[in-house]
Amino acid sequence: MARKPHFEHRRRALFRAAVVGLLAAGTAAASWTPPDSWPDRLQDTGLYATDGTIAAGLLEFSPQYPLWTDGASKRRWIYLPPGSTIDATDPDAWNFPPGTRVWKEFASGRPLETRVIERGADGRWRFAAYVWNESGTDARLAPPEGATLEGIEGMPAGRYRVPSREDCVACHEAAPARILGFGALQLSADRDPLAPHATAAPEGSLLPDLAARGWLSGLPAELLTAPPRIDGRTPEERAALGWLHGNCGHCHNDRGSLASLGLVLARPSSGARPHEPLPITRMLERLRSTNPFTRMPPAGVQVADQEAIALVERGLAASHHVTEEKRP
Amino acid sequence: MNRQLPSIFSPLSVASPALAAAALVAALGLATQVARADDAAQVSAPARASGAAIERGRYLVTTSGCHDCHTPWRVGPQGPEPDMSRALSGHPQDLVMPPAPRLPDGPWIASIGATNTAWSGPWGTSFTANLTPDRETGLGRWTLENFREAIRTGRHMGRGRPILPPMPYPMYKHMTDEDLAAIFAYLQSIPAIRNQVPDPLPPAQQVASAQ
Repeated sequence: MARKPHFEHRRRALFRAAVVGLLAAGTAAASWTPPDSWPDRLQDTGLYATDGTIAAGLLEFSPQYPLWTDGASKRRWIYLPPGSTIDATDPDAWNFPPGTRVWKEFASGRPLETRVIERGADGRWRFAAYVWNESGTDARLAPPEGATLEGIEGMPAGRYRVPSREDCVACHEAAPARILGFGALQLSADRDPLAPHATAAPEGSLLPDLAARGWLSGLPAELLTAPPRIDGRTPEERAALGWLHGNCGHCHNDRGSLASLGLVLARPSSGARPHEPLPITRMLERLRSTNPFTRMPPAGVQVADQEAIALVERGLAASHHVTEEKRP
Repeated sequence: MNRQLPSIFSPLSVASPALAAAALVAALGLATQVARADDAAQVSAPARASGAAIERGRYLVTTSGCHDCHTPWRVGPQGPEPDMSRALSGHPQDLVMPPAPRLPDGPWIASIGATNTAWSGPWGTSFTANLTPDRETGLGRWTLENFREAIRTGRHMGRGRPILPPMPYPMYKHMTDEDLAAIFAYLQSIPAIRNQVPDPLPPAQQVASAQ
């Protein structure tokens, strides 16, 4: 039976309300601190100088294994307070000093959104998102529950999802380090030429550059003489493991709250990690799923990264099957 | 959620205000900002359940309506009742649901299976979870932190997909850490039941297939 247009509209509205409620309902837990305030405008977060250029002292960087977000292009910057250093003693869990800020701009033809992470003086991390106007002249603070932008060229069905603060927490608090793309492996000088969707490293942003700047304390010296590199047995396996590290490893690691699952997709910055057999069939099924309730990753993706999935299937499945067959 | 269900005979429908209220509760509960200390996200030590904690958990599970949806219902001699031989094991894996009925125009919004473990509405189709400590199909691998974060955030294990209606986590997330730990301790103490609950379905698939 055909439904009346006004009822369809109400159904859609109710569905949106339900989804918004669901997505945003992960609200403050009892142990969380009261809300802090963010400036209303991105330009007041310290990203830009008064003439609109990137502020002096910020470093642009680009992880070698970037997160897939429906093909949006991205730029990233980090600020450290003068004289402070990152404690890099644990190469896979860098400890950032209070005052650290990181920005990530998402674009599809024009700037869409800029996310900000800050570590406050009290050591706590805060997350926010700013949404750009269509002319790209101003970006305003997004509501805590996030937002959906419509009519965006280049995005699936023209939709772009601005995450809620809880979406930020779901990924960034699952890993040993809160800043996911700024670490020894992601900024290694030994960049992976097969890494999907990677962009060239901006000048002065790789691990040796950070060490030379005096930004790192406690960095194991061998990471400068033997740059971090995923120990793939073939170039494609290396890149496939790298994509899984960058897209899945922040939750699926052996140090965070999901360690009990026993699925470790994060790779270490130094030393070899045993090539344990992975549930490849199930992983590919979840990566390819069109059901948003079962698709992995569970946030930030509307359409699967087909190039990377093909890489995982090609480069990883075969070698891991070999590994299983050769196990005693 | 409306916990006073008029009947369990399939299919049921509930009025939209119930779901709208759930969404409203969720939306009104938004935190305007989020901030946490590093140490707040560390893996918790395994719950060291005392007898008192388990008993407290049993009380909370019994009085908070968990059996209403997580224990399959059947028609017994006295009418509809929870099947306690399958207590808290979620939607039965052998009960393959047909496509949810398409509701006529009007304010009726959701359909519920006779077991009270399968729900279909604007969000899609959800099947209630196996809360028993079975390692493969239940909460056997979960830590207290996974459980607490799931209730607090409304995400599976605190990290994954959204937890769907009718699970009233927007109410339960206001429980204290101690009460959530007691509930988890109790759930870990009950008999493990192997029951693989199906994955939820999005709205586009719910009328096409229940598999």
